[in-house]
Amino acid sequence: MSETVRTAGAPRTARAPRTTKAPRTARPPRSPMAPPRAFLWTRRIFLTLLAGFVLVPVYVMVSSSLKPLADVTGTFHWLPSELTIRPYIDIWSTVPLAKYFVNSLIVAGAATVCSVVIAVFSAYAVSRYSFRGKRVFTVTVLSTQMFPGILFLLPLFLLYVNIGNATGIALFGSRGGLILTYLTFSLPFSIWMLIGYFDSVPRDLDEAALVDGCGPLGALFRVVVPAAIPGIVAVAVYAFMTAWGEVLFASVMTNDTTRTLAVGLQGYSTQYDVYWNQIMAASLVVSVPVVAGFLLLQRYLVAGLTAGAVK
Amino acid sequence: MTTTAPAREPAVRKDPPGAARGPRRRPGRLRRVTLPYLLLLPALILELLVHLVPMVIGVVMSFKELTQFYIRDWGTAPWSGLDNYKVSVDFDAPVGEALLHSFLVTVVFTLLSVALCWLIGTAAALCMQDTFRGRGLLRALFLVPYALPVYAAVITWVFMFQHDNGLVNHVLHDQLHLTEGRSFWLIGDNSFFALLTVSVWKGWPFAFLIVMAGLQNIPKELYEAAALDGAGMWQRVRRITLPSLRPVNQVLVLVLFLWTFNDFNTPFVLFGRGAPRAADLISVHIYEASFVTWNFGTGSAMSVLLLLFLLVVTGVYLALTSRERTGRRARTGPRRTEERADV
Amino acid sequence: MRRTRVAAAAAVTVSLLTAVTACGGGSSTSGGSDDSPKTLTYWASNQGASIQVDKKVLQPELDKFEKQTGIKVKLEVVPWSDLLNRILTATTSGQGPDVLNIGNTWSASLQATGALLPWDAKNLAKIGGKDRFVDSALGSTGAEGKDPAAVPLYSMSYALYYNKQIFADAGISQPPATWEELVADGKKIKAKGKNPLGAEGANLSENIHHVFVFAKQHGADFFTADGKPDFTNDKAVAAVKQYVDLMAKDKAIPAGNAEYAQNQSVSDFAKGKTAMLLWQSAAANLKSQGMAEDAYGVAPVPVQSGTPGTGTQVNSMVAGINMAVFKNTHNLDGATSFVKFMTSDAEQKVLNKAYSSIPPVKAAQSDPAFNSGATAVLKQTLATSAAALPQVADESQFETTVGTAVKELFADAAGGRSVTTASVKAKLDKAQQQMPKK
Repeated sequence: MSETVRTAGAPRTARAPRTTKAPRTARPPRSPMAPPRAFLWTRRIFLTLLAGFVLVPVYVMVSSSLKPLADVTGTFHWLPSELTIRPYIDIWSTVPLAKYFVNSLIVAGAATVCSVVIAVFSAYAVSRYSFRGKRVFTVTVLSTQMFPGILFLLPLFLLYVNIGNATGIALFGSRGGLILTYLTFSLPFSIWMLIGYFDSVPRDLDEAALVDGCGPLGALFRVVVPAAIPGIVAVAVYAFMTAWGEVLFASVMTNDTTRTLAVGLQGYSTQYDVYWNQIMAASLVVSVPVVAGFLLLQRYLVAGLTAGAVK
Repeated sequence: MTTTAPAREPAVRKDPPGAARGPRRRPGRLRRVTLPYLLLLPALILELLVHLVPMVIGVVMSFKELTQFYIRDWGTAPWSGLDNYKVSVDFDAPVGEALLHSFLVTVVFTLLSVALCWLIGTAAALCMQDTFRGRGLLRALFLVPYALPVYAAVITWVFMFQHDNGLVNHVLHDQLHLTEGRSFWLIGDNSFFALLTVSVWKGWPFAFLIVMAGLQNIPKELYEAAALDGAGMWQRVRRITLPSLRPVNQVLVLVLFLWTFNDFNTPFVLFGRGAPRAADLISVHIYEASFVTWNFGTGSAMSVLLLLFLLVVTGVYLALTSRERTGRRARTGPRRTEERADV
Repeated sequence: MRRTRVAAAAAVTVSLLTAVTACGGGSSTSGGSDDSPKTLTYWASNQGASIQVDKKVLQPELDKFEKQTGIKVKLEVVPWSDLLNRILTATTSGQGPDVLNIGNTWSASLQATGALLPWDAKNLAKIGGKDRFVDSALGSTGAEGKDPAAVPLYSMSYALYYNKQIFADAGISQPPATWEELVADGKKIKAKGKNPLGAEGANLSENIHHVFVFAKQHGADFFTADGKPDFTNDKAVAAVKQYVDLMAKDKAIPAGNAEYAQNQSVSDFAKGKTAMLLWQSAAANLKSQGMAEDAYGVAPVPVQSGTPGTGTQVNSMVAGINMAVFKNTHNLDGATSFVKFMTSDAEQKVLNKAYSSIPPVKAAQSDPAFNSGATAVLKQTLATSAAALPQVADESQFETTVGTAVKELFADAAGGRSVTTASVKAKLDKAQQQMPKK
């Protein structure tokens, strides 16, 4: 039990892998735990190949974004004939990239925040209370994960329009509608992951808080949430990624002013030509912040998944 | 044992001042009954709004003749009974035949993709279990495909798969001379492998991430004990690692399966309109059936059939794996988190 | 307990359903209103080098319109990849723009939805009457015998663009007039290491445009007189086969073009990789890709025999963009006067020059800009030897099914599989069976 508690604490788990290092390096080289040499070689080869597989498209992206258009529409060469930063200047005028970027940021950001907050509430209820309909709720919510998007694209669109007509709340074509849609996309998995995570936070903790006079919500926010930060970060990253890359709903539900990046990037293949170098440059520009954020948070992610999804 | 602070701070209390302190107060009972429902309410409303009600509308649509003549006011579209379903499953006629073909392609594709994602992800996670120089860097690198926005990733692959100017043909044909001529990857039969490659490239880091997290939950003592018993590296993997990962894998495989099966973005960006027959995934197929040929009734019927299939698969899968799990739990004794196992 | 739960769930579902279905498509079936007389929303199709370029072309004209009428037009340039989907969802929901551009081949399909304002005599009179427009352009505005669903805005036709230098190098003195000549010239060009002809093998619409012309040249139609699909008649099969054979048998089209769908063939031509290109109004495009105007020549699209542009030999489809008013508009009068403005002689000249298209308005055609060089060829083709794609409600499905069939045939040809009359017929038969049953 105490093992789980410690894993739940963020800083502790974040460093967890490192703690295994000390005893292992201290061992003599051929201890029974040490991997055989053949394995070391296999591992080296496998990981190198895998890294190559992962890296090649990334390299193509970076190198092509620095090539002149003639290079990228001609036969492929590993090295650019000349380096140019022209594509990085042109991307902003071919397509209103900055606007799309802001839209995506707002939509994905808001969807993430809402999704996480709602998931925290639901997961807390499921994890800490027994009530009638609990199973129905969890099964229903989880089963929505398997709905093919294409099944409810048009109905959802109609629903938004009708709600708009009836109440005056503009859902269709607005960022609000998209936020609402995306946050429910990530909700099932988030709830399910947080239930797992909250279960691993010992009840004694929040019971102590209750005895101390915190309300149930107080216990949630003062005890459970702080102990579950890695899980929450993992869920947030997942929710953000879901919203950031979605194409199908965005293409139908946005207009010129609310278009998101995933759809907006298609603007580089125009009536006239496919500006491959600009596509690559723009893809890089929009990917770098996400990838950087993702990598910064990856320790939390692993820790969060360790205690949450993976139990 | 506890390191968390909040228990120390009773400061602000949200209870009404009249309420007695302590767990057994009367008004608290009502709250305890309604509170979980209140907490669930936002999620419930949203799921209802975005998923369940539209799904029900979709089911209704599947019984209507919803072609371009009626889409403007689909309430007035005539009911067509089971016609849309009959067309969809009439495997002797081209529409049904194409749907069946697309379904089979999707099944094969999904199985291969999930298997490869799992295999590569697990192998990589196992390889990176112990520390070595550059491990942190490698781990960060491996997560990049997962972190890239889908469109950016897939369009890069499109660029690489081009017939005349793509990297893939440049390497296979011009540099390694493996193929006789330049191959087509975005049309024709090879498109299946192109799709599989992209899907695995994008999907395996997720498996890697989850398995890596799962590995951290395996107590070190188990390995040490096995090592003292003289178990070799491979035996340790087989006797300890894989069995311990089993619950992780059950969930991972299911999630990967559902995501891959329903994936729309990858094939759509990769092939555009009129996907090649060899890579005609079901989600794009249904999209074409409804949006491109303007027959939303048949499109809905197809999606309902797809949903039924996924429900059955998931149901059977969960039934099988949870039976296995209860069996195992009976052996290992009750666990604190057993409620979750029902999910 | 279980029963109550089920009953409650059923009640909720039923009530939500009735709420939703009661609203239907949410569209009032009345023919628009004048609720907001001071604004208009306009969806323009992407005609120029990029969406930004289009905005630069259109915005000054919209400002002119605002100055004249006080109506502010909110412009959105919709990429082609999204346009039809956006129109469909707008149609289904009743929430759309006031005025929009549509590809003229979609006219009859969209007309069938009833979402577009019919241009009856009364409405046409508001924009100066039917007679202001060229006949061929009007032939592509909706099903025959019905009031047009849209009015022509830009017209285009296909021409054969050829690279003068490559032709000179290969010793070809004049552009081919027949397909036979084209194939023969192609051999000479190939001998010089260049590709003879470019094509967009994976672009469904391009495929349709070409096989339609070939079918016309074979005296075939893809639809019977009463609008039923008839894809497998011998002449249609022969026509499709002749087009695909340009790659499969004659090797005039390089195999790599089988996967082109994003106008790569135009940039190949602009870069001098291919000697010939069948395209509509490519001038502005080629210019933006750095090809000098005197580096290429423009000739009519070849025919089976004789001289193009004479007799009844069709050698282009009537390409173009139409302008339609969405029935649910909140500013009917404003929308009509905006259409009037955009189809006025002055605006027609400005806009068609910017997009190197031909004005479908007779009076605007007299401008010298449309009577020289390349544009004259296009105009001549449009006036004498262009035919409109079938104006049937199922046109959109026809484009998808037959376009995909041709795409697959090109893929076969490129992959080295033989393309035979039987295989063409089989593909077309499958396409036909996927058409909606009446």
